[in-house]
Amino acid sequence: MAFLELHGLTKRFGDFAAVDDLTFTVERGSFVSLLGPSGCGKTTTLQMVAGFETPTEGKIILDGKDLSGIPARERGLGIVFQTYALFTHMTVEENVGFGLEMRKVSRAERKRRVADALDLVHLSHLGNRYPRQMSGGQRQRVALARALVIEPQLLLLDEPLSNLDAKLREEMQLELRRIQREANVTTLMVTHDQSEALALSDSIVVIDHGRLRQDATPFDVYETPQSSFVSRFLGKSNNFSARLESAGPDGSKLVCGSLDLQGPRVDLAPGPVEIALRPERITLVGADAGQLRGTVAERVFMGNQWLLRIETEIGDMLVMRYNTGRAEAEQGATVGLSWKPEDIRILPAEETSA
Amino acid sequence: MTSQTSRAWLLSAPALVLFAVLLLTPLAMTFVLSFNSFDFYGGIGNDLSLANYAEVLGDSYFYEIFWRTFLIALITTVICAAIGVPQAYILYRMSPFWRSITVLIVIGPLLISVVVRTLGWAILLGNKGVINTALTNIGLIERPIRMMYTSGGIVLALVHVMVPFMVLAVWAALQRQDPATEAAAESLGARPRTIFFRIVLPQAIPGVLSGSLIVFSLSASAFATPAILGGRRVKVVSTTVYDEFLNTLNWPLGAAIAMLLLVAVLAVMLSWNRLVERRYGEVFE
Repeated sequence: MAFLELHGLTKRFGDFAAVDDLTFTVERGSFVSLLGPSGCGKTTTLQMVAGFETPTEGKIILDGKDLSGIPARERGLGIVFQTYALFTHMTVEENVGFGLEMRKVSRAERKRRVADALDLVHLSHLGNRYPRQMSGGQRQRVALARALVIEPQLLLLDEPLSNLDAKLREEMQLELRRIQREANVTTLMVTHDQSEALALSDSIVVIDHGRLRQDATPFDVYETPQSSFVSRFLGKSNNFSARLESAGPDGSKLVCGSLDLQGPRVDLAPGPVEIALRPERITLVGADAGQLRGTVAERVFMGNQWLLRIETEIGDMLVMRYNTGRAEAEQGATVGLSWKPEDIRILPAEETSA
Repeated sequence: MTSQTSRAWLLSAPALVLFAVLLLTPLAMTFVLSFNSFDFYGGIGNDLSLANYAEVLGDSYFYEIFWRTFLIALITTVICAAIGVPQAYILYRMSPFWRSITVLIVIGPLLISVVVRTLGWAILLGNKGVINTALTNIGLIERPIRMMYTSGGIVLALVHVMVPFMVLAVWAALQRQDPATEAAAESLGARPRTIFFRIVLPQAIPGVLSGSLIVFSLSASAFATPAILGGRRVKVVSTTVYDEFLNTLNWPLGAAIAMLLLVAVLAVMLSWNRLVERRYGEVFE
């Protein structure tokens, strides 16, 4: 049995279902991300797990115990808020010690555990500071220490890195993972940032419009998205409408516009589908080679890589090439595009409503 | 001078003229007046001396008035804080619709003239007033409780006048705090009572302190309320100044008392502010 289980969790505000029949599990000690665009219901889900919102339907089971009816203060979860929510009138030590004080932990033990927690987040030297005297990254660490010091069964992170600048965010990603491993705490993180989710998680739960779209490891979510939404939301993707002509054990035949394509084996019935192709899987070849010919419309140099937008007969294609030390095709040049048939992902066509 | 700074001066000129003519000039004239001599037969003399100050500072009668004034102001401030803080917190937790209505109710008293409101209190508090009549009719009391012409009556009416200032100051401070701090405290195991006293209230302290500053200085220099509810019997500094000017016609002495009140209130405000900044400077912005 999984450590945390959400069963058919639903939250309706009037007629609007913010979270719609959400079911997934989190294994003990793992790091799971709830990923989705803003307003997809991921924060509401976190609020229900935390106990700040009451589910309309469904159950949350933590370590075999149903959480419904248990108030937030008795759930014993560690929560890091998006704004950090530090107590500005208390020193760092007082902030971190607050949860222990509420648990009536003796002064001596409190002191020891606060020191341990600050040590874990590398802030031992700043215990007497007030939050206002600290940088964003340091406040983030205080918030983490405060959540972890109570030795929570479950750590909830609400967009923990969104208030940091880009460089600090990358640093904190590694730091967050280290702290989570060292504290060995089961973690559920809410984020809209796909790179954050990919980098940190053991497993990603993709949510859109309150519904679960995919629940898999970061690699699988990226490599084998099960819907057009997931393929577009994680990383860059070239998506086109196509027709699946036939699907056999050794590959499928597709028609995309005037183009006949080979694709991998697929479990879909012939008919309209969507195909997705990652920009980094496309190689540029001579104008007459490859599956498709196009004209370079834009070329952006990003240091370690080039990003090219190529106009082709089936539509614009993004192509990403690693910088190997020589200039890529110039703007206006005619190039051929080539890829392996197995790099194509064949997805069910999006319903017209979405 | 660049055109930008000259434009800034030009734009603030009307306010500066108003400020100079209506505040600084009378203030300066009062200051000078306070050093002049006064004779019941000869009127105001042009000589300068510290005689008026010596008279005020050497007379226990004036000490009593100053002491009473500041005690009334202090008690008013404390009561305003006791009423205003919970009221501001309730306001802060309300839904936006009810909040806008309640803010209107809170500010409502400020829209009515102080004199009118105080006369209302006089009707309620008088020996034959609404409260005493009602209590007598119920049979709870035999003789009316004296509430008019007492310090208590003045405090009561002043609190009514001043509470909105406290509520608005505390509410502003509450709005500056991160609402997630309450959720954070709850998740760490704090009960609602603990959250209020350990998390919400301490973060609202700067608002309580600035509200106290406003309430205290306004109460110490209030005139209409003590004049109507205190009359001749319970004198405060401002009514004493009024009497010196308009009854005794001893303008220089009145001016000296007025200057002493100004200095005293200013001293209290500045030292209060110092204290607050020293205590909370590093904690709050």
